Formats: sequence, structure tokens, C-alpha cells
Amino acid sequence: MDKRVPQLSYSEVTPKGVYTNRRNFLFGLAATGAAVSGWKSFSRWMSGPATGSVPAPLSGFTKWPDSTTEPITPEKDVTTYNNFYEFGTDKGDPSANAKNFRTTPWTVSIEGEVKKPLKLHMDDIMKLAPLEERIYRHRCVEAWSIVVPWIGYPFSNVIKLAEPTPKARYVAFESYYSMGQMPESVSAGIPFPYVEGLRMDEAMNPLALLCVGMYGETLPNQDGAPVRMVIPWKYGFKSAKSLVKIRFVKNEPPTTWSLATPNEYGFYANVNPHVDHPRWSQATERRLGNFFRRPTLMFNGYSDQVASMYTGMDLRKNF
Amino acid sequence: MKRALNSILTSKWTKVVVFLVCLVPLGVLLWKGYQGDLTANPIEFVEHWTGDWTIRFLIITLCITPLRKMLRLPLLIRFRRMLGLFAFFYVCLHFLSWVVLDHFFNLHEMWTDVLKRRYITVGFTGFVLLLPLAITSTAGWIRRLGGKQWQLLHRAIYFAAIAGVIHYYWLVKSDETKPLQYAWMVGILLAWRIGYWIYGRRQRSGVRTLPSKEPSTAEMA
Repeated sequence: MDKRVPQLSYSEVTPKGVYTNRRNFLFGLAATGAAVSGWKSFSRWMSGPATGSVPAPLSGFTKWPDSTTEPITPEKDVTTYNNFYEFGTDKGDPSANAKNFRTTPWTVSIEGEVKKPLKLHMDDIMKLAPLEERIYRHRCVEAWSIVVPWIGYPFSNVIKLAEPTPKARYVAFESYYSMGQMPESVSAGIPFPYVEGLRMDEAMNPLALLCVGMYGETLPNQDGAPVRMVIPWKYGFKSAKSLVKIRFVKNEPPTTWSLATPNEYGFYANVNPHVDHPRWSQATERRLGNFFRRPTLMFNGYSDQVASMYTGMDLRKNF
Repeated sequence: MKRALNSILTSKWTKVVVFLVCLVPLGVLLWKGYQGDLTANPIEFVEHWTGDWTIRFLIITLCITPLRKMLRLPLLIRFRRMLGLFAFFYVCLHFLSWVVLDHFFNLHEMWTDVLKRRYITVGFTGFVLLLPLAITSTAGWIRRLGGKQWQLLHRAIYFAAIAGVIHYYWLVKSDETKPLQYAWMVGILLAWRIGYWIYGRRQRSGVRTLPSKEPSTAEMA
């Protein structure tokens, strides 16, 4: 199309050294890109067989009568599609990277405004109250949802055991964190250890579950082994995984996602179709395995059990 | 060496091979779908896959001119239109997966999102910017518009690429690694063009080997 030939004087010609450098630079750029993507799969391959804890069958649990009758999400989906940023931010990362996570021995420290500070071993936690299988809806803040048969007991059992003082108005949860076991956490973009919290009445609510298993087995690592919270009327990120510390406190404790992005994630994080995430709508959700979106229910469908705790509160402000 | 390279670049078979290679991401996606290997949330997976490949093809297209200049292989231009059209092909799949799979033609819901959600606003803008470029990619349109006008219009790809990166950056929750990698690549490719343009201007005003004719700006895009 363009027939004009630019006439170059010798002085304009880029010295060979300069353009070969540029060429090296471009090749370098491409090589770096390939190396970054290749490294992940290579390091997984190199790490050999998994050395971490694996789920074991649980028995002696009863079936909670108020479970939802909705179809249960396939276990494979719940164990391969996870948000557990300590193990990486892609949905498939936690199942791939938590393989070597060791959860034995495990103790949970109960401290703060309590009459009886405790260190609970996993064995104690398993026996603290009768285990129940509860099928809950679980709604992620990213607008997808699942139905999971969790195994555990109401968190109120732990509160009764620890005997909080009158000063205790909130419960703060802290998840396990170590760089050594969770090297993928460096690029997560949120601070660690992961911390969460509940108001005391929320923590006392019979739906708030201390969870030790799912699908008839102890928890898989990527789903928060060996012990986690499940708070079905709040977005999934409120249900802290792999708990190591439970602290009773006077003031509203800091929570990880609102530390990271205060305008997008609040302390309460109740499932609410009328209050959108600043960047996306919360009016509908996709149940994993379904093609069509479904309307999101107020308090994830648990209004009857929890709405009274929030009467008179502006849920737009307290999102 | 150079002659061999050039004969490879001019071979019609090379075009066929490049064309088939550009279809590999779609092939892998279909294969994964056939194998039931699209994760627990296949719709999201398809959206992310096609979105990723749109940005990648935009970046590859933007590499052509710097590579032509630096490697002194002007014949690389033969592949630019095809690569650009593949970027458009993947953005169409991306857009269709949003319209059909994610929202199933719920026009009201989608239009609200376009207006209200800034990551969708900017993504949609990028898609709209690419439309006229795809339409005017033929030799007939280059003739009709004239080289200069056509070049000017096709600079819109810079803004489409920027829009694509911002779209991705605004979508992620906290891990900005991948959108920032893309931002760096687009940034370097655009900075190279600015550098080349300044270099060219200085040459023009200084050495004056081309007193009347300025080097074609068509070379720049």
C-alpha cells in the first residue's frame, strides 16, 4: 500500500548491539511468561505424593431434622471449587495445593474475656457435643451457591464451655497461617492470618455451626480442615476455615475482607439480595450444577431463625 | 537465514498453520467441555477462558509491529489482520457466553449491568471498539477509507486493549497478579510505540534526510 521507501542515513541505523539487546529483551519477556505458567505445574509435579492429612469416615452423628431438602451439591464440586486464599486464588488451587497440609496435632486456643481460657485438642473438640449432620445452603459473595451436608454442632456449646465474662460482646476467629505450609498465599492480596468475627448473639444462634466434617467424613484440607465455622445466613467468607484461635472480645474485631477492601466488605456480610456488592449484583445466584440463575433469598432463606437479631438495623449501612 | 525466514513468512502454508494454532484455545475448551473438565462452575470457566484469550490475542496482535521493526521482518505484517480478527473472534465468544450462558438473554439484567457495573461498562466499551475494526479489516475498506484514515481508526485497538486490562483488573477480588501481568505487557507495547514515534520525530527534525516526506505514520500502527 505504501510505496514510499524511507531513506536512512547510516547514522540512523540502530547499532547491532542495541537491537540484539532488544531482541534478547523480548525473548526474555516471552521466556519469563512461559516460566511463570510452567513453574506452577512443574512444582506440583516435583512435590511428589501428598503428605498431608486426608478425610476419614465419621460415624455416630445424627441427622438434624431441619435440613434443607434441596438437592445436595456433588461432593466433587465442593472439594475442587474452593476459595481458600492461603492456598492460592484460583478455584482449583486449594484442592491442588492443600494436599500436603498437616492438621495433626491440632489445638484451638480459646481466650480473651472468658472465665476458663482453654486449649482444646482436636479429640476434645470432636467429643464436646453430639455431632449432627446439617444440610445448609451456602452462598458465596461471588454469587454462586452450594448445598452441603456439614457435620458439627452449634457453636454455642463452645461458648458455654468457655464461660465468657459480661465484657465479652463479640467473638473473633483466627485461621491457621504459616508461610511454610502456604507459600501460595503471597499473591492473595489479602492480609494473613485470616480473621473473622461475630456478634455474641450471632455466635449463640443455633444455626451457627462449629464444623468438623462434611459428606460423612472429616473435613478435607481445602474445605477448612480440621475445624471451621459455618454460618449459613452470611456470605461464605464469614465462615472462617482451619481455626486455631477463638477470642472473646469487647469491641467489634477486625475481619480480613473488610481490612482488605472496606468499601466492599463489611462486618456483618449477611446474605441480602437488596444490597449489591459495589461491583456486582447480589440479586441472583448460580447454584453450582444449574444452568439458570435463581433469586437470592434474604438471609439465604434463614430469615425465620435470624432476622430478629437485626431488627432496627440499617442493613445498607451495616453490610 | 533471513531469506529462509522470509520464504517461510510468505508461504501460504504458514498462514494456514498460524490459523490452526489460533484455534487451539477453542479446541482445548471444547475438548475440556467434552471431557466434563470445566470445573464445578463451567459457565464462569468459559467466560474466563474466552476473556483471557481475547486479551492474549490483543497482546499478540500488538506485538507484530515492534517485532517487524526490531527483527527487521516487515513480512510479519501478513499475520496482523488474522491475529486481530482472532482477538475479535474470542471476544465474540466471551460476549456470547455472557449473553447466552450467564444471563440467558435477560436484556434488562444485562443492560443494567452495563450501565451500573464499571467493570462491565469498560469491558463492553472494549468490545464495541473492536467491532468497527473487524468490519473494516478487509482490503476493500482500506481502499474506501484511505490508508491514513484507516490507520487512525485502527489505533482504536490500543484503547480496546487498555479497556480489556482494566475490565479484568476491576473484576478480580484481591489477587491482581494476572491483570497486572497483562497491564505490563500492554504498557510495554504501547510505550514502545510512543518511543518509536518520538525517535522518528527527532530523526525527522534533526538529520533531515527526508526533507519533504515524513516517514509514513502507517508504519506506526
